[in-house]
Amino acid sequence: MAYFIQQLINGLTLGAIYGLIAIGYTMVYGIIGMINFAHGEIYMIGAFISVITFLVLQAAGIGFVPLILVVMLIASMLFTAVYGWSVERVAYRPLRRAPRLAALISAIGMSIALQNYVQLTQGARVKALAPIISGGVTLFEQDGFAVRLSFLQIFIIILTMALMAGFSYLIDRTPLGRQQRACEQDRTMASLVGVNVDRTISTTFVMGAALAAVAGMMVTLYYGVVDFFIGFLAGVKAFTAAVLGGIGSLPGAMLGGLLIGLIEAFWSAYFSIEYKDVAAFSILVLVLIFRPTGLLGKPEIEKV
Amino acid sequence: MTAAQTIAAQGEALLEVEHLTMRFGGLTAIDDLSFTARRGEITSIIGPNGAGKTTVFNCLTGFYKPTVGRLKLSHPTKGEHYLERMEGFRIAQVADIGRTFQNIRLFPKMTVLENLIVAQHNALMRASMFAVAGLLGLSRYRNAEKAAVEKACHWLEKVNLVERADWEAGNLPYGDQRRLEIARAMCIDPVLLCLDEPAAGLNPRESLELNTLLKAIRDEQGIGVLLIEHDMSVVMGISDHIVVLDHGRKISDGDPAFVRNDPTVIKAYLGEEEGEDDHA
Repeated sequence: MAYFIQQLINGLTLGAIYGLIAIGYTMVYGIIGMINFAHGEIYMIGAFISVITFLVLQAAGIGFVPLILVVMLIASMLFTAVYGWSVERVAYRPLRRAPRLAALISAIGMSIALQNYVQLTQGARVKALAPIISGGVTLFEQDGFAVRLSFLQIFIIILTMALMAGFSYLIDRTPLGRQQRACEQDRTMASLVGVNVDRTISTTFVMGAALAAVAGMMVTLYYGVVDFFIGFLAGVKAFTAAVLGGIGSLPGAMLGGLLIGLIEAFWSAYFSIEYKDVAAFSILVLVLIFRPTGLLGKPEIEKV
Repeated sequence: MTAAQTIAAQGEALLEVEHLTMRFGGLTAIDDLSFTARRGEITSIIGPNGAGKTTVFNCLTGFYKPTVGRLKLSHPTKGEHYLERMEGFRIAQVADIGRTFQNIRLFPKMTVLENLIVAQHNALMRASMFAVAGLLGLSRYRNAEKAAVEKACHWLEKVNLVERADWEAGNLPYGDQRRLEIARAMCIDPVLLCLDEPAAGLNPRESLELNTLLKAIRDEQGIGVLLIEHDMSVVMGISDHIVVLDHGRKISDGDPAFVRNDPTVIKAYLGEEEGEDDHA
């Protein structure tokens, strides 16, 4: 039982991170009907920016942990958002009227380009980071196995919940979100009621990138290592999460992220840690075969 | 706008279409079309299928860039706009032109009320400072939102949809969707309202109601209405001015009585359509 709860905690932490990345996939898909395969790289860049910010702060001699965290968070969200905006501007907007396949190829090209860009500028070696938030609480002990909840895990889960709540509110209640939903449902009509569609799409990329940056920062803190290739696997897993939840659905992305995190944690704990990626991707295959609209996605009903 | 101003403004040229020509490759959809639509008037564009009526609308609302010609909108408060040079969304945002479609285009997964609020998003975006104030729940944004809801309710009453405000727009019956589309176009506070076959698919009672609604819009709002319609009972009943197109060219232009008796029109259009089902 104790072991199970420990895995539950680990899985939720991991799932929160996947969920944040998955939101970026699902939003972009919702609004322009395309999978942004460069999103994983955006997350990786977010991780790097948070490492760089940390090193800069350290060099400046700032050691106050809450301040470090806040600055890391803001800096990585801000700079990564700029990357997200640029990716859309450079790689997707010129192809707005082109067939979807062209945008997809452009996305894959962007993904490779960003990976190589980071490899060239930051080096190919793994960057390690000393833990910033250490310690935790022991929830209870059973048969000599202590269930621990680290402060870092608490930080990750609470921050994710806050972001997701804020984000859902933004989409549901504010004019900005309404504008995004309008573009999602009928872009032409949205422009006819005066919505600047291009700007709305840019905003979507910026928001997705900012959330991915938070995920990148969390991973940096959680695992303490970053390299230029982490975006690929995390990206594909978050994509799986988005598909599992129902691509295009915001709550679906959050749910899918949590499920993928839990599945991975339990699989590693009870079966084999080497094959944990297989577990996640088997889910992708199964979902695509049996429920292509995902858990919360609604099947398209065509009115005749 | 006060009622006095509205009446004073009546008859002023609102939209001047000059030498509009639209070619798609070798096909000339509109050929040297000129006409004027005035404020406080309903101007109908009629003509057989394929005459280029919807193409005129698409040029006006920025979907197509005209091959030749000028589309001048004299906005009562914002000056003159040349629509052929404007980006699509700015035509709704700056020139204040509202439009509905032949095949209804609502935001089907939003509620009826939300459809009307989206149309007012420019004012709301300004008030919310790009969602920042909206997120913080500032009063400045709350007031703007309240005003938006009030305006939406006003139009819901006008089109008789108050009880269905919380329905998903896609689930409304056909006639309701048509009226909602008009209400949504009115929520952007247009100076020119372009309606593409608003009576298509309506039963006789509904199309009578539509006549009343359109007349009310013309008289109370003092705006110009541009109407494409096949239903002659609607066209003849409410138009102040009719432009007849055939194969992209204007063949007649005048008030209903004039157009009805114009031999070219009878030959090209009315004569052939008699007895046919023109609702299709």
